[in-house]
Amino acid sequence: MARPATISTPDATDTAAAPETEPNRPTKPLGPVLKAASGPAAWADERIGIAALGRASLRKVFPDHWSFLLGEVALYSFIICLLSGIFLTLWFKPSMAEIEYEGSYQLLRGLPMSEAFASTLTLSFDIRGGLLMRQMHHWAAMLFVAAMFAHMLRVFFTGAFRKPREINWLLGVGLIAIGMVEGFAGYSLPDDLLSGTGLRFVDGLIRSIPLVGTWLEFFVFGQEFPGDIIIPRLYIAHVLLIPGIILGLVSAHLALVVFHKHTQFPGPGRTEKNVVGYPLFPVYAAKAGGFFFIIFGMITLMGALMQINPVWKYGPYNPSQVTAGSQPDWYMGWVEGAVRIMPDWEWHIGSTTWSWNIFLPGVMLMGLLFTVMGLYPFIEQWVTGNKSEHHLLERPRNNPTRTAFGMAAISCYGMFWLAGGNDIIATQFHVSLNAVTVVLRVAVFLVPFLVWHITKRICISLQRSDIEKLLHGAETGVIDRSPQGGYAERHVPVSDAEAFTLTEHLKYEPAQLEAGEDENGVEGDAATTKEKLRVKASAFYFRDQPAKLTSEEIAEAKEHILHGHDHGDEDHAELDGANGSNGTNGHREITAGEPEDEKATASSH
Amino acid sequence: MRLLSTRRRHPLMRALFLALALFAMGALYTAVAPSSSSNADGGQSTQVEEGKALYQVGCSSCHGLQGEGTSQGPTLIGVGSAAVDFQMATGRMPATAPGAQIPTKPNRYTEAEIAAIGAYIDSLGTGITIPEQGQYSMSRPQRNAFPEGTAGDAEYNAAVEEYERVVARGGELFRTNCSACHNFEGKGGALPEGKYAPSLVGVSGKHIWEAMRTGPQQMPVFSQEVITDDDARAIIAYLNELHSRPNGGLDLGGLGPVSEGFWAWVLGIGGAVAFAVWITAKGVRAK
Amino acid sequence: MSEHDTHEKSRNVIDDRHPVADPGLEPHQPRLTDIDEHAANRAERQVVLAFALVPVLAIIFVVCYFAVPKTWEVNFGPLHANALHVILGTTLGGAILLIGIGAIHWARTLMGDHEISEERHPAQSSDEARAEALEIVEKVIDESAVSRRKLIIRSLLGGVGIVAVPAVVLLADLGEWPTAARRAETIERTIWAPELKPGTNEVAKYRYIVNDITFKRIKASDLRIGQLVNAEPENLQELHGTEFNQEKAKAALVVVRMDPNSIRVPDSRKDWQVGGILAYSKICTHVGCPISLWEQQTHHLLCPCHQSTFDLGDSGVVVFGPAARSLPQLPIAVDDEGYLYATSDFTVPVGPSFFERDSTKDFRKGDN
Repeated sequence: MARPATISTPDATDTAAAPETEPNRPTKPLGPVLKAASGPAAWADERIGIAALGRASLRKVFPDHWSFLLGEVALYSFIICLLSGIFLTLWFKPSMAEIEYEGSYQLLRGLPMSEAFASTLTLSFDIRGGLLMRQMHHWAAMLFVAAMFAHMLRVFFTGAFRKPREINWLLGVGLIAIGMVEGFAGYSLPDDLLSGTGLRFVDGLIRSIPLVGTWLEFFVFGQEFPGDIIIPRLYIAHVLLIPGIILGLVSAHLALVVFHKHTQFPGPGRTEKNVVGYPLFPVYAAKAGGFFFIIFGMITLMGALMQINPVWKYGPYNPSQVTAGSQPDWYMGWVEGAVRIMPDWEWHIGSTTWSWNIFLPGVMLMGLLFTVMGLYPFIEQWVTGNKSEHHLLERPRNNPTRTAFGMAAISCYGMFWLAGGNDIIATQFHVSLNAVTVVLRVAVFLVPFLVWHITKRICISLQRSDIEKLLHGAETGVIDRSPQGGYAERHVPVSDAEAFTLTEHLKYEPAQLEAGEDENGVEGDAATTKEKLRVKASAFYFRDQPAKLTSEEIAEAKEHILHGHDHGDEDHAELDGANGSNGTNGHREITAGEPEDEKATASSH
Repeated sequence: MRLLSTRRRHPLMRALFLALALFAMGALYTAVAPSSSSNADGGQSTQVEEGKALYQVGCSSCHGLQGEGTSQGPTLIGVGSAAVDFQMATGRMPATAPGAQIPTKPNRYTEAEIAAIGAYIDSLGTGITIPEQGQYSMSRPQRNAFPEGTAGDAEYNAAVEEYERVVARGGELFRTNCSACHNFEGKGGALPEGKYAPSLVGVSGKHIWEAMRTGPQQMPVFSQEVITDDDARAIIAYLNELHSRPNGGLDLGGLGPVSEGFWAWVLGIGGAVAFAVWITAKGVRAK
Repeated sequence: MSEHDTHEKSRNVIDDRHPVADPGLEPHQPRLTDIDEHAANRAERQVVLAFALVPVLAIIFVVCYFAVPKTWEVNFGPLHANALHVILGTTLGGAILLIGIGAIHWARTLMGDHEISEERHPAQSSDEARAEALEIVEKVIDESAVSRRKLIIRSLLGGVGIVAVPAVVLLADLGEWPTAARRAETIERTIWAPELKPGTNEVAKYRYIVNDITFKRIKASDLRIGQLVNAEPENLQELHGTEFNQEKAKAALVVVRMDPNSIRVPDSRKDWQVGGILAYSKICTHVGCPISLWEQQTHHLLCPCHQSTFDLGDSGVVVFGPAARSLPQLPIAVDDEGYLYATSDFTVPVGPSFFERDSTKDFRKGDN
């Protein structure tokens, strides 16, 4: 099917010639800057061929939308973690050897503590800028994980994980999982009371794994908890192994974005076969580079002005001490919450103990989340049966079931998160701790169920409001009085650009079972169980979708808006009947008189 | 009179009239309302007698006419004046409303009145008495308390070193005995069924000592034989030093990772999104 | 249909994608700075100002780094912090932020803002590329001689697979092996166990209960009803470093005194307590946090980590929360001077559950 390739003519007042795509040959003579650069540039080109690289990449196009910058926030936060982390490694001692503290923080003077904790105190009080770097590092880590989640949600709700980007999605899921582990390892390094309590929790968690728990525990800690090697092991994981993996995954992730080119929202001039935006140099580089400095500056200011993880107040880790309000960093909060609200299920079989109360929420739940996250693109692809490439993003409202699943998942995660802070909720809002726990046990199931249904209805309503806009245009605030005496507000059709944007989305319909002949020519139900399941899933996903308008309907509606209000109400009834396959567009505007009466006296135009 | 009536529709008149009415009501109430101080019998002179009179007015309805207790309040025989001082000076007592736990509120009694009631309670049975300042207070050595010269310097430094070691040990005692309920810097924590361990910020050393020894409501007792007065002084000095130290920035509530995570999202992601919207905004066009 | 579809026709997506014709890229609309030279100059000044402030802040940073003493504090409203830290952070942060703001402002106001379009190519390689690649792969297989000599490939894969086993086995010394014997020496016992006379089962020395941190022995008469003591075994002081922490993580104790009339003491534990003074493990049976949130009136002990609640007036049974086993109780007695000591070790392993743990001996509600 031929694509209408409408190219806009350049604006007459526009002084610079603005072709849609660019010629490859420079048309102006070289200026002084380029003359100076041509020597070294030629030298480099003779060795590594940078000119060809430049030709291909210098003007690569990147579409512009604020939500596309969330992934950049994650990337830049990671870089800032790397830079501040290098500073910290110059003073941090990853050792659990016990020493007596004789440093400058007087409130811990003379106490026995590990070298790790003591060196963290040195960084915080004796190294100028040390506390700044520590706090920047921690804030950047929090932002890293938060931005990854925000970015993932953007990708999910806009359907950017669809073919050909499934691999990129899997890389991203891997990055989130590894990022959480990296953060846990990082805040456990100072060996303070709070993170030590967290390590004790992890010790109990590992122990609870059926069959192999004790063995894993002794292997991770080297011996009985706490042992003397967990901090050095976490250190090397945190500064070498995991950053290496992250760098590898991030590079692959970015390479794929460059290869596939970034997705874009539908809009005038934007198709599945192009990408519209600003060129890499100078605009995109300035914006992205500037954004790096902005995030860097923001994190620096947060590190300067907002206290985080004040380890000197927690004191060194002591297995017989604990603080009220013990929580892990926010991204582990949901696991913590799951463990808190879990009922006390444990099996005592013979001389064995099966601790489901710890194993299920602590280990299995995380596995479940990442498995579901990783599988989702493939599940959706199986349901829709759609195998084409997608480069235009979907607005969340146009895929209500996916959006509903996403919101339900967020609310389920949120309920677990609240449970992780149930004691803070109890003290801050003056409610009973036990009541909060019991309510959340129910809420983790009930709230996502409710949110799913509410979100779906909201999406469908938003779709209907888009259809209304196309059918009735925008309100002008001008009131017309008809000869019969009725008042109506004059509407104006939406612009072509907006109409195009509103109708660019994919149309989904539930799959049908193909009744037909099997390979032996026998008629009947040839579908496999898998096929039947797919049809059911497809029905679940795509029933209730408002019908997409056809071009005839839109053209007629535009006519009607411009000229139609002289005709009275009978045309509305006609349009109602002709409109869409299920006619549930809620078309209720002008209500004078009964349609039947009008039909008898109508004279159609 | 004409002046007022010609301006009766002035916009300010409404406000003026309201202010006058409020003032009149306030004056009327002050004239009519009973004074908060009790009318102690003029003839009695001993502290215990005074205390008994105050007790009968303000406390006996829940704690019984002889301190024997009722269904509303426990017996006060043997609780001691330290408990009285703690409960009343922090405003917990007299309790005004039932609830999972008695909260603090502004105290309406003078120090002398509380001491009198305490003396009366002490007379009912021996308990912990109000402490001397030396029992709960210790302060950092000052240079001017030592002689001039290098010998004095050495003495001063040694005294400071000793003080700091004692305070550090007070911190260990605090984290072993107190932080599980009151949190690592004394900001308070949750207990079952709507109860809570209150914040210790701004609480005087005397009241902390009294609470430790008398075990108010659900708080356990920490007796002098186990946590000696030396230990108690060290714990209190640690808390004072801790609360006067600078933080690493705004302390965000002192509730640990929960508030840190909240601000990371609100200010961190919120700020990043705000900048992102600015960066990608189409901006004002010339037309 | 679009060339991007693969040979499989999508079955239930109606690609009714263009009811409205594509109006094409919107014409470029100039910004104020594109047409008004004054506005452009103003924008340039703003960008230059942003960049010019950067070295100013950087110099302030360097000067303050050396000049401001580490002891100065800043006390401004809710901000009470170290002055040097705040100054270094705000100057550095401000400088970096200004670089970003200058660059963005430059891009938004002065750089050309014409949107351009670039063609996408399908991710899939062209048919010729695929065909060629297939040919090359066939040639590779042919030249490697595996098509006729299949045993080579099979033995290679087998060999490479097996080499992974030594790599895994190399990790077998990551930690001690928690065999039954080693477990009995480590996680299934604590240092409360009395010292035995060598070669016999007779007790040489009982372990005395001392207050944590101060290591002062405790007399029964020191304790009032409603009192809680965070305690340790006296012999803990003999240990240091890693061993100290390992044993403390199991031996930590809470000693509470309750009114004997208000608690339920089962027959089997009548001699585990002294006149209402009972001792329990401080280590939660859920995941091992130390517990000392005790409500003296309800006798409930709350763990701050996940809110498991134990009733110390009823042999430590769980009354709320995710813990599945009661808190182990330590049998105690008084000597003739009135000091408290442990008459034996805990009768069950303390702390979190593990697979090989025999949980049949733990106290259950209603036991006697």
